[in-house]
Amino acid sequence: MEKLIVSTSPHIQSKTSTQTIMRDVLIALSPAAVAGVVLFGWRALVTILVCVSSAVLSEFLFNIICKKEQTVGDLSAAVTGLLLALSLPAKVGIWHCIVGSVFAIIVVKCLFGGIGCNFANPAITSRVFLLIAFSASIGGATNTAIGNPELVATATPLEIIKLGSGAELPSLLDMFLGNRAGAIGETCALALIIGGIYLIARRVIKWHVPVIYIATVFVFSLIIKQDLTVALYQILGGGLMISAFFMITDYVTTPINVAGKMVFAFGCGIITVLIRFWGSYPEGVSFAILIMNILSPYIEKMCAKKPFGKVGK
Amino acid sequence: MFKRKNPGNTRIPHRKNTANLSPVRIAPPKEVLLPMDQHIGAPAVPVVKVGDTVKVGQLIADAAGPVSSPIYASVSGKVTKIEDCLRSNGRTVPAVRIESDGLMTVFEDLTPPTVTDIPSLVDALRKSGIVGMGGAGFPAAIKFDALKKGTIHTIVLNGAECEPYITSDARTMVDEPEHIYAGIKLIRSLAPSVKKCVIGIETNKPECIKALEEVTKGDDFVTVLPLPSLYPQGAEKVLVYNATGIVIPENKLPADMGTLVINVTTLATLAKYVETGMPLVERCLTVDGSAVKEPKNVIAPIGTSIADLVEFVGGLDEKPCKVIMGGPMTGRAARSLDEPIVKTSNAVVIMNEKDSMNKKMTACIHCGRCVEACPHLLNPAEFGHALSIDNVDERMARLEAARINLCMECGCCAFVCPAGRPFIENIRIAKNSLREYKAHKSSLK
Repeated sequence: MEKLIVSTSPHIQSKTSTQTIMRDVLIALSPAAVAGVVLFGWRALVTILVCVSSAVLSEFLFNIICKKEQTVGDLSAAVTGLLLALSLPAKVGIWHCIVGSVFAIIVVKCLFGGIGCNFANPAITSRVFLLIAFSASIGGATNTAIGNPELVATATPLEIIKLGSGAELPSLLDMFLGNRAGAIGETCALALIIGGIYLIARRVIKWHVPVIYIATVFVFSLIIKQDLTVALYQILGGGLMISAFFMITDYVTTPINVAGKMVFAFGCGIITVLIRFWGSYPEGVSFAILIMNILSPYIEKMCAKKPFGKVGK
Repeated sequence: MFKRKNPGNTRIPHRKNTANLSPVRIAPPKEVLLPMDQHIGAPAVPVVKVGDTVKVGQLIADAAGPVSSPIYASVSGKVTKIEDCLRSNGRTVPAVRIESDGLMTVFEDLTPPTVTDIPSLVDALRKSGIVGMGGAGFPAAIKFDALKKGTIHTIVLNGAECEPYITSDARTMVDEPEHIYAGIKLIRSLAPSVKKCVIGIETNKPECIKALEEVTKGDDFVTVLPLPSLYPQGAEKVLVYNATGIVIPENKLPADMGTLVINVTTLATLAKYVETGMPLVERCLTVDGSAVKEPKNVIAPIGTSIADLVEFVGGLDEKPCKVIMGGPMTGRAARSLDEPIVKTSNAVVIMNEKDSMNKKMTACIHCGRCVEACPHLLNPAEFGHALSIDNVDERMARLEAARINLCMECGCCAFVCPAGRPFIENIRIAKNSLREYKAHKSSLK
């Protein structure tokens, strides 16, 4: 007699898996990574390679040491490593890259139970950790390699606006193309938008999330400063674009329902503006996301839909 | 409540390969096996003995109580064995094995029932052995019993057939729309409370929509309603909502809300029974799947084994790895090719090895695809979290708060899950444990 497989329904499944989702995110990040290398030169490439490989390696070793099932194949460690690299300045030291990646993977993700169990975004948490622990070297963004003989610490456009130092701001076109001081992957808005559209088209992320986030920051900046140019600098500056498409769209650390995701994006936008205009840091995206990560379970509960046919409480 | 036009919204492959194939009648099988649980409710009780000679349409098992259904011989021949049969739901029930004489002699005493009003229709149906043929197996007599109260205002005919592969309902609609219409006219003439009839059909079956529109032309009582081809369009509550806008609350039946949902094939079978008096002994079903050489629609006696069906359609071109009775979204996996088809089998899907392999199960990444897919707007991920709570009271309270009782196990969440989580398995375990927990609690009171 033939041996047949007996299992519960459904007997067909979609082709999407965690791995294909993460692969799509890597593909979507590649324009920004390429733009980063073009803009900031070989140092950017080294940072990316070190971050990705140390992130993957630390998850690999953690699983071996803890006798857990190997999960590096789902590519999520690679995504974390790449996101971290793209949010660091090009001149960051190799050691910082390694410490940051290990922190993101081991402390923020694996110690909480691995993929799906962390409450805070690993790349963001690690970036904030590096920023606070090594403010001297991480805090300073560098200029781009385009038209500059070497990378030197330079004030970011947001710092120029915040401090009112009178230094010359890059043009809005340069802001859009990424020819300005900042982290490797955050400057080229064009590349990030291309990647974001790819993710939306592949149905990996919802368009509501980046649109609400960017719109919230834009509108509130406009209301507060009454200046269209300032509002445009706000949405093109800092880590806003990379966060809009790749950080606040993270599945694990944001609400599971669409309404919750929208509230999450709105909250991130408000906090970003508050920190940028009234906080002591020139940039508030990372902190905004971390704060909202903590609120995420409550937002999720608040925004749950009423089940179809539900009666009573 | 935020009203969504269409609570069913998952795109699954259609694979309606057999949509244009008229059903072919199978040659009488050598033997049939008739399990006693071909319907929801108490298993029927055999009334024949080993050695008895039976003819097509002769009673072999009687209904065992109000919620049950009789079973009739589907071939003529000799009862060779009354055996225990392990069913795919894990229960063991008696089953009658009949060796066919190959003649298919029809039982002489069959006469069309006299149907003059609803009670006489219900009595006739009780004897007909007709159950919901779309897969649920709800005895038709009980469903039509609701017409007695005079509160039913709308008949919703289910021609959605939203599962992949299956085209047996589609063939009923294309090949015998007049029987469906005869059934509608019968209900209209007997139940004055019924004001309209809506036939819901997915738009991927334009020929069915056309056939029914033609046959019901000029009749304002009937509306043929094209519905988006989204799964689970044919689920009772989803269909009622999309056809009438009525939301059926939890723990209520469509009949409580003035609607009656009937599968098109069930209604056509009912109309034929009232005309001829021949009880439910055969049915049309789709034989398809990646391992089947030539997919076909087959009319076969109930109790025909899967192996006989496979042989009839020309065999398999690959080794069978998984055999599903019904559609791939909600059907049950058969243990062997010797299992018989029953009244509710609208399809047999035979999968090759590649199709049978499930996705590897990994950790939930909280992506929200299940939440978006759920036609009942539940949070399927929550059930898994709730099940992992150690404290029993807390676990059950959380499952109830998440409204697990509303889940109809359509399988959308498990279909879309990138991590291959066993949603339906968990939900069935959770539902059973919740039922037992409640029974235990009320016994303590």
